[in-house]
Amino acid sequence: MTDRTITDPKTADPTRFLSHLELDQPDKTFLDSNELIINMGPQHPATHGVLRVILKLDGEKVLGTECVIGYLHRGVEKIAENRTYTMFNPYVDRMDYVAAVSNGLGYCEAVEKLLNIEAPPRARYIRVILTELNRLASHQLWLGTHALDIGAMTPLFYTFRDREEILKIFEKYCGARLTTHAFRIGGCQYETYEGFERDVTKFLDFVPPKIDEYEELLTTNRIWLERTKGVGVISRADAIALGVTGPVLRASGVKWDLRKAQPYAAYSDFDFEIPIGANGDTYDRYTVRMQEMRQSLRIIRQAVERIPEGPIMAKVPKVMKPPVGEVYHSIEAPKGELGYFIVSDGSTQPYRVRVRPPSFVNLQALDIMVRGALVADVIAVIGTLDIVLGEVDR
Amino acid sequence: MVRKLKGQYGSGIREANSYLGQNYMVVEPSIVAELLQILRDREQFDYCVDITAVHYPAREEQFDLIWILYSFPRNERIRVKTMIVDGESARSAVSIWATANWLEREVYDMFGIRFDGHPDLKRILLPDGWKGYPLRKDYGIIQQDQEWVQANLGIESGQ
Repeated sequence: MTDRTITDPKTADPTRFLSHLELDQPDKTFLDSNELIINMGPQHPATHGVLRVILKLDGEKVLGTECVIGYLHRGVEKIAENRTYTMFNPYVDRMDYVAAVSNGLGYCEAVEKLLNIEAPPRARYIRVILTELNRLASHQLWLGTHALDIGAMTPLFYTFRDREEILKIFEKYCGARLTTHAFRIGGCQYETYEGFERDVTKFLDFVPPKIDEYEELLTTNRIWLERTKGVGVISRADAIALGVTGPVLRASGVKWDLRKAQPYAAYSDFDFEIPIGANGDTYDRYTVRMQEMRQSLRIIRQAVERIPEGPIMAKVPKVMKPPVGEVYHSIEAPKGELGYFIVSDGSTQPYRVRVRPPSFVNLQALDIMVRGALVADVIAVIGTLDIVLGEVDR
Repeated sequence: MVRKLKGQYGSGIREANSYLGQNYMVVEPSIVAELLQILRDREQFDYCVDITAVHYPAREEQFDLIWILYSFPRNERIRVKTMIVDGESARSAVSIWATANWLEREVYDMFGIRFDGHPDLKRILLPDGWKGYPLRKDYGIIQQDQEWVQANLGIESGQ
């Protein structure tokens, strides 16, 4: 446990605390100090992909960390410059591959904005339903793996069992389970299949008792509380200075969600709450995400009940040539603010696509969250940040 | 806000406009660091969403450097843009927003734009010894640092 208080903004002098580990200094290890520098990863099951963290330790205590990333870099932004707007659409699914639908939504809406068109209401509702299902799937995957890292094995089986039901709906809707490519610029490619509403409603009745089940396993579990309460604390001021978004920011007490702050798709039509935490620790991030799952169900239920009839595709030119200009559009992905900054030069290919990845920015907060903690807490904090390396490295 | 800033900087702000409902400002490179500080301190833009660049090889000022800012109290976004020539460096914003650290490192990694005052400016996604800056327009899509690939991966080519 750390003795950090939440009112202590460590980022007041960021140049000092973010100083690197001085690895090129002569190695003092074993000679005149107890400092030890070890590598965690890149091949380590608890790093959720190929993340390498250099830890500077004094015994079990973490003195500092440095993330080495880029092992999964595929040059997504460069690829975008060499594809047409439509051709690049499937690529975005490969960034945050556990929330492919959200990636697609952000990209499609950004290009729509650039083209100055809007998807028809029915398409927007379908988008909301699928994106919220995907948020749930992403949170379930996070919960399972995070709990596994900390030592609770059962939640993994439970969450994967229930996530399967969501993937089945995706599969029936668009044929793919993971990299869905569910949306197109201007709306949706596919009309909902026969019985889509029935399947979704059935799922909405099926899943709440399952979430209760996860909570029964963890929320008051003494080992879980010991491992998460007061671990990886990040204060409100630090979270804002570090640009952290999503559940991590909300757990530090900032009531901010892009779905409410700057509504997109059809989110302004629905009632839902923004759950927040008070302490900014790992436990609060857990409760925030658990409540978010229930809020997602609430949104989906409203959307399914009120889904309008009508076309699912706006009038989009066959050859897309957005007028010269720049646009930034962002959505609330399961992990935080996912933004696309697109520059058009009037041709069929984007001149520049910049992806603002939530995982990348959130990962930067790792160092401040684990300084002074124990090695075992590093595992807990990597889990609680909910990073996907495909998105960190792009 | 813009009027106030224009009063202070005059022609330092080349353009302040809105496109598709999104506000942006194009400013001289000489005043950008000061302006960013003012935007955070006085205008409450407390969240630096993103820092990025765009390469225009045909222009004399080859790079657009862009800061995307957001204000929690105002629920408002603004983009600050400046243009710099190749080889010129920008002032680091790490002392304004801590998040700028990795974002600036990525800009340096991909475009080769240096940031003065950055505490630890080095490559972030590509390996340290890599040559070239992939998001420049003159860098081909299948181009790689052959030397690095051969020396470090023990293979003829990464393709």
